[in-house]
Amino acid sequence: MAERKYSEDHEWVEVDGESGVIGISDYAQEQLGDVVFVELPEIGKVFDQRDEAAVVESVKAAAEVYTPVSGEVIEVNEELNNDPSLVNTDAFGEGWFVKLKLTDPTELDDLMDEETYTTFVKGLS
Amino acid sequence: MRYLPLTETDRSAMLARIGVASVDDLFVDVPDSARFDGQFDLPDHMAEFEVEQRMSAMATRNITTGDVPSFLGAGAYRHHIPASVDHLIQRGEFLTSYTPYQPEISQGTLQALFEFQSMVALITGMDVANASMYDGATSCAEAVLMARRVTRRNRAVVSGSVHPHYSTVTETQAKYVDIDIDILPPDLDGSEDLSGKIDDETACVVVQNPGVLGHVRDLSPLAAECQEKGALLIVVVTEAVSLGALRSPGEMGADVVVAEGQSIGNPQGFGGPYVGLFAAREKYVRQMPGRLCGETVDADGKRGWVLTLSTREQHIRREKATSNICTNAGLCALAFTIHLSLLGEDGFRDLATLNHARASQLADKLSEVPGVELLPEAFFNEFAVRLSRSAGEVVDELAAQNVLGGVPASRLFGKGQGLDDILLIAASELTTQDDMEALVARLTEVLA
Amino acid sequence: MSHSRDLSRSPAAAGSGTRETVHGHEGLQLEELLLFEIDNPGATGVDLPEPGTFTARLGGLERQGEIGLPSVSEPEVVRHFTRLSQKNYAIDMGTYPLGSCTMKHNPRLNEKMTRLPGFANAHPLQPDATVQGAFELIDGVAGWLKELTGMPAIAMSPAAGAHGELCGVMAIRAALDDREGGPTTRRRILVPDSAHGTNPATAAVCGFSVDAIPSDSRGRVDVKAFAEKLDDDVAGIMITNPNTCGLFEPDMIEIAELIHEAGGYFYCDGANFNAIVGRVRPGDLGIDCMHINLHKTFSTPHGGGGPGAGPVVLSEALASFAPVPWVVHGEEGFSLVEHEADAGAAKPFGRLKGFHGQMGMFIRAYAYMLSHGRDGLRQVASDAVLNANYVMSSLSDVMTPSFDGPCMHECLFDDRFLKDTGVSTLDFAKAMLDEGYHPMTMYFPLVVHGAMLIEPTETESKRSLDDFIAVMRALVDRAKQGEGESFAAAPTMTPRRRLDETAAARQPVLRWTPEMPTAEAAE
Repeated sequence: MAERKYSEDHEWVEVDGESGVIGISDYAQEQLGDVVFVELPEIGKVFDQRDEAAVVESVKAAAEVYTPVSGEVIEVNEELNNDPSLVNTDAFGEGWFVKLKLTDPTELDDLMDEETYTTFVKGLS
Repeated sequence: MRYLPLTETDRSAMLARIGVASVDDLFVDVPDSARFDGQFDLPDHMAEFEVEQRMSAMATRNITTGDVPSFLGAGAYRHHIPASVDHLIQRGEFLTSYTPYQPEISQGTLQALFEFQSMVALITGMDVANASMYDGATSCAEAVLMARRVTRRNRAVVSGSVHPHYSTVTETQAKYVDIDIDILPPDLDGSEDLSGKIDDETACVVVQNPGVLGHVRDLSPLAAECQEKGALLIVVVTEAVSLGALRSPGEMGADVVVAEGQSIGNPQGFGGPYVGLFAAREKYVRQMPGRLCGETVDADGKRGWVLTLSTREQHIRREKATSNICTNAGLCALAFTIHLSLLGEDGFRDLATLNHARASQLADKLSEVPGVELLPEAFFNEFAVRLSRSAGEVVDELAAQNVLGGVPASRLFGKGQGLDDILLIAASELTTQDDMEALVARLTEVLA
Repeated sequence: MSHSRDLSRSPAAAGSGTRETVHGHEGLQLEELLLFEIDNPGATGVDLPEPGTFTARLGGLERQGEIGLPSVSEPEVVRHFTRLSQKNYAIDMGTYPLGSCTMKHNPRLNEKMTRLPGFANAHPLQPDATVQGAFELIDGVAGWLKELTGMPAIAMSPAAGAHGELCGVMAIRAALDDREGGPTTRRRILVPDSAHGTNPATAAVCGFSVDAIPSDSRGRVDVKAFAEKLDDDVAGIMITNPNTCGLFEPDMIEIAELIHEAGGYFYCDGANFNAIVGRVRPGDLGIDCMHINLHKTFSTPHGGGGPGAGPVVLSEALASFAPVPWVVHGEEGFSLVEHEADAGAAKPFGRLKGFHGQMGMFIRAYAYMLSHGRDGLRQVASDAVLNANYVMSSLSDVMTPSFDGPCMHECLFDDRFLKDTGVSTLDFAKAMLDEGYHPMTMYFPLVVHGAMLIEPTETESKRSLDDFIAVMRALVDRAKQGEGESFAAAPTMTPRRRLDETAAARQPVLRWTPEMPTAEAAE
């Protein structure tokens, strides 16, 4: 069972071997409201940690999604083009955004674990 | 004063509730150094009839296109506006309503905008249109910036057929943005060949049809080349009525159509307010500037309309917005919609035919005048002629004879650009045989 | 093909007990289909003469096939748009307390003057000698605006407030580039965190980046924080005064001095000029440019979203960079400078729109200026500020004003008074619709939570203010009585209830197509 790590901007990464899947947290989707559109990157694009990897739009807001780790895009969640509401209903599962081949796994140490993130979110409300 | 409902009694009662002695106390945050207690060099208030007298005097100092034979075009056209249009747009519910941000009480505006968007898409032959922009020229600038965003390329080629206001506004708006605007010289015989100018650094090619000198061309070969090179083809239309007679830019392969809608529903009005049309292919919809009205349902399941895809706009994306535009041309777009509704499928086509007929008849008459050479072979309701004298001088002399004979090309392009002897002449459904004869007679005299 | 629609499936509003009518009409509130759905091929709303004999010269590019426009007669068009109009709220009907929009009465004299044939039928490119009256009017409006603001120069062509903002910031960029003999190294524009979204959007278009200045506890620019951000890469500052919280920025003069010392320029957003017209001249505060919304302060109508006009007054420092065209008054009368080559010593940064500007809005504004005069305009600001303070005083015991002390022409509340009621600012606004009011501005400015910004304007009578206050107090009372559910369900009495904006954005339908589902299939 892969462990999820979180950034302060409410993105998560779930690592499996050399690759990692990124998305936004449940807290983030709740703040945004109904997601209407997701702009995904191209396969093969290479990102540094904290680059803008995607954009998620709701009716009243648009937010940049910054990748919590560096890597190369190997897959994107095409389902979001048909059904962006997946981000709302299943932010940690079917609402995933991008799968990356990690270039520097030590970056994971910069991120928060589940418990730390939960405490962090509580402090925001 | 008639627009101020408060009486002194009202003011006293209100000040009492607030708990201050005078209104000046409410301006407490304005430092003394900022207060102006002097007298402006301006008149005091006037009775309504006094205002009317002043302004009527100003208006009658103008000789206008309703008074004398008139052949002015060059981006603004004289057409008949049915009486119903002006009455309907002056209904207070249209005239004095705000942007439809509260859709529940703005369905009138929103449904009319949806109809406007639909009609603009139809006449231009495109998939989708926005709810209008300031005018044709600013729409053109916005289209070029959109092409840059979409293609991520930094070069725009602007054909010599494009109205100089449009190319200059585009150049100005792109000045501090990373894109080069390459404006080609005026195309006097309509033979401009853009094929050598398009490469894989070209974001877009901007071309006007009918061109500013009147030329009507088939843009399909150009469209094919743009498509091949991955550049967007942006087609400019300054006379919206031409879309009733000519193959649409969409049919010819345009990616974006920007147009001036003034000809439909809106008076010449000395230059504004006008209405910019912006239409594009479906795939560009999230990159389009300006307002968009979309269909949806309400809590009872009834069909209704809302402003949508607002996340492109400045109040949400702020520095990442597709444009900084806040307004559309509201009432002018409504006037356009009402007029086009009255015209309908047949009326719009018949109006266009009539316009072309008058221009063609006029061209025949003018070709009999010594010193006049017609430039375009194919045109819609406007054409350039080469004169045996300076067009600017000719126009001034015609005006002294009470004929508004057309627009000298130098007015648009500047003097000394090799166009000083070129005159743009437009006709419309309002051009009578008497008008044409007056122009022919006066022009013959002036050129003799 | 003509369609007849059965709209009888209009369901009764929850608990209202109204019976269904055949077409969904409710008394004078009439349903209306799209023009495309009442299309009747062969019908027409115009009559045109036969063209007579002519040679076709369209180069073989005649349109083939149908365009797809609907065909209807004049009576149907008039009825169609009349019914649509009746679904709109408007200033002519009631109070529109939108903050920073200045929804004042739109005089009909303005409309009458625009339609004088000498103005309406004037073509913009007629020889100068034939349109001296038109130039006189533009010059007249320019003169009033310069005099009222105490500024020496003006650019008349911007078509709206945002366009005027673009003009001002472009003039700043042009001035900096000119000073440095090339693209300026100054790329930072300082903007208060309470600013409207157009400010950063405009800055970006001019090649600048935006740096936010925090507000102090009074909602105003924190001058110390601002001063700390000054450096030799600062291009300028953009400030709205009075600000978006409805408060006068008292440190304008100091801010102007500081920004000028640092080598930058001062743009003022004039959206709230209605609070100070005739009482404060922004030129006295040291600004370099300010746009003026003719459709706000100067009563030109909002028209359902436009057109507007946003002329920009300019300081000496920026005057020479104003865009073409402009009117000049010479010995022989008025003429127009349209090309850089004819600009003399001036260095226009370019052209912002086709032709000369929003002439129709100039005419309307001029009629208004002449009607009010200098004394009337000063009274406008006084009454506007009085009305806003009256509303604030009358509501501050039941709602939560965000700042102490008097406001200017608009008053700002936040949602603290709704705490624990389960009613949000949005719900509160929707409940106002059922009471017959357009809501105030919501959720802006962003510096307070659940903002409610109310600008009555000076054209509201005391009676209409009292009516508005009574409704607001009643709604607050209902919210505090725990009627949250009825707020969430609001509005129920408007032509449409809350609309699904999510669906509209997820599956955008932006035009009519023949295959579209009919009104009843939308259920």
